[in-house]
Amino acid sequence: MSKPRVAFFDFTGCEGCQLQVVNLEADLLGILDHIDIVSFREAMKEHSDNYDIAFVEGSITRRSDESRLKAIRKNTSTLIALGSCAAIGGINCLKNFFELDYVRETVYGEKATSYETYAARPLKAVVPVDYEIPGCPISRNEFIYVLKSLLLGKKPEIPNYPVCVECKLAGNVCAFERGMPCLGPITRAGCGAACIREGGACWGCRGLVDEPNTDSQREILAKYGLDLTDIFRKFRLYNGYSEVAK
Amino acid sequence: MNETKTIKIDHLTRVEGHGNIDITIKDGQVQNCQWHVVEAPRFFEAMVRGRKWYETAHITSRICGICSIGHTLTSLKATEKAMGVVVSEQTRNMRKLLLHAENIQSHILHVGYLVLPDLLGAPSVIALSGSHRNEVMVVVRIHQLSNEMSDLIGGRTTHPQRPVVGGFAKWPTPVELKNLRKKLADGLADLDALVELVRANADRLPDFHRETEFIALSHPDEYAFYDGDIASTDGGKWPVEDYTRVSNEYMVPQSTAKFSKHNRDAYMVGALARLNNNYEQLSPKAKSVAGAFNLKPITCNPFMNSIAQIVEIAHNLEDSIGLIDKILFDGFIEEQARVTPKAGKAAASIEVPRGILFHEYEYDEAGVCTFANCVIPTNQNHGNIQKDFEGLVPQIKDWAREEIELTMEMLVRAYDPCISCSTHCIFI
Repeated sequence: MSKPRVAFFDFTGCEGCQLQVVNLEADLLGILDHIDIVSFREAMKEHSDNYDIAFVEGSITRRSDESRLKAIRKNTSTLIALGSCAAIGGINCLKNFFELDYVRETVYGEKATSYETYAARPLKAVVPVDYEIPGCPISRNEFIYVLKSLLLGKKPEIPNYPVCVECKLAGNVCAFERGMPCLGPITRAGCGAACIREGGACWGCRGLVDEPNTDSQREILAKYGLDLTDIFRKFRLYNGYSEVAK
Repeated sequence: MNETKTIKIDHLTRVEGHGNIDITIKDGQVQNCQWHVVEAPRFFEAMVRGRKWYETAHITSRICGICSIGHTLTSLKATEKAMGVVVSEQTRNMRKLLLHAENIQSHILHVGYLVLPDLLGAPSVIALSGSHRNEVMVVVRIHQLSNEMSDLIGGRTTHPQRPVVGGFAKWPTPVELKNLRKKLADGLADLDALVELVRANADRLPDFHRETEFIALSHPDEYAFYDGDIASTDGGKWPVEDYTRVSNEYMVPQSTAKFSKHNRDAYMVGALARLNNNYEQLSPKAKSVAGAFNLKPITCNPFMNSIAQIVEIAHNLEDSIGLIDKILFDGFIEEQARVTPKAGKAAASIEVPRGILFHEYEYDEAGVCTFANCVIPTNQNHGNIQKDFEGLVPQIKDWAREEIELTMEMLVRAYDPCISCSTHCIFI
């Protein structure tokens, strides 16, 4: 059997998620025995439009992006959204809360109209997406898990329980106990509570679990005397595209 | 010479972000040669408005995956300055260590993964991993070391969680620092192997010189990364507050990123600019690596930027060992960052892998951001890349099309452009 052909693409984003793939280092060299990477502009000159699995990073922020994404969708049997920008819209959606003309003028002044932009959105707003690897940046382990599952012909399943579960397992001191507003109770796990572990609180970068218990989140906030507006402000950071922030 | 050579590269490979090369040579005359920046605009300066003081660094870190540590630290410094927060000596030293980690990580990624294939005549490092396994493993080990170092000091390699306004949310332990020190010493041995490898193939770097102004931070006590005044090889020093008078950003039709000019029609920032301004302050090992390549100030060959990066890796490794010794000797304590937000406005600057970076913010009494501006190194280099195009293409116009194409690709790569960074800067 020939090796699956894998391609990487990017739209609007920081390319930090592809960097996590590069950062797999020695593991990546092992993976290369089982796949052929046929396109990865950030790392290689070779390119082919013939591939089986496409990892796509970044949000869609221009109408002209859509045709390129649709072409990728047409070329691949499996399309995976890589990172928060691609999976849930992520930080790029912050600009959606401003009038677009205001945003453009802030950055480009009177030449604003020469620069094309529209409301930032995840890939799934434009084409069907088969799997998502959320996170800002993605977890390297989760990337390997998803790729391995696909190579084994299995459907990758990422966690559908909140970050709080991983946080408790890790024995972290609760961010609320430290007086920090935390999105852990409603955010999809899989990061190993990466921000709480490092002395912070959850920013919600992996998006919501499928049925978030927002009532319980409100109760927790009330219990710790935290302001709901702080939570909404924080929620919009990565989840501006989802209904809850609107 | 009755022929037309057209070089049109859409989305140049092995660079961060999206840029195009557009060259037409007709009947021996250069008719068109342009560097286009086509990255989607990002609008970060607008996105942080209305955000709290403890969120701005988290957001602006997302400008770039490769220099997220530099963006985070520059943002924190500007916010601290705006609010009159003074950080401890230990925090300053730990941040310098974190910057070294990022500089090594970014430079080795560029030199080893993106430039080395050109020197060894391969299309990518993936191809090289088959043909030059041992050489690639040297690069991988240095990269791995810098990633472990970022994880240890910053929490992770990209978008670090630990650095916060006023200090760090979590510290490495003294034992972890001692272990890191050992690995850094081993890294110096790997670096020797890299130096040999690149030196043996350095004749593939084009010999192209164009008089250029180089701008970098400069500090009286050290080879400047974390702190300093703005300095130019054309002479002069300016406080960081005056950054807009140095960067003079302007817009051009072919680009979603702004261009810059100062004393001449363009200037260059990055490792070569730092070396040209601050060569004397390099560590002993770094100077010996520079000597191996005969790299001295002032070098006006942009292709030597990759060599300057190797020199800096030596400096970063050596200086990191010294910083760890200092942190441990001074008596390490787990400080808590405490900040009371207040109104203020300030600009700060750090030397990140690709050159001098500026962030400026204004906050109201509640610590809500009301203004932001970021001037990114690659922006400052775009104008110089264009000037190099105009200087180099006429010199090589009679070469075969493929040779011109490869040389121009190598030229852009030498700048190590970080294009997604560069497409969102404000205020003309």
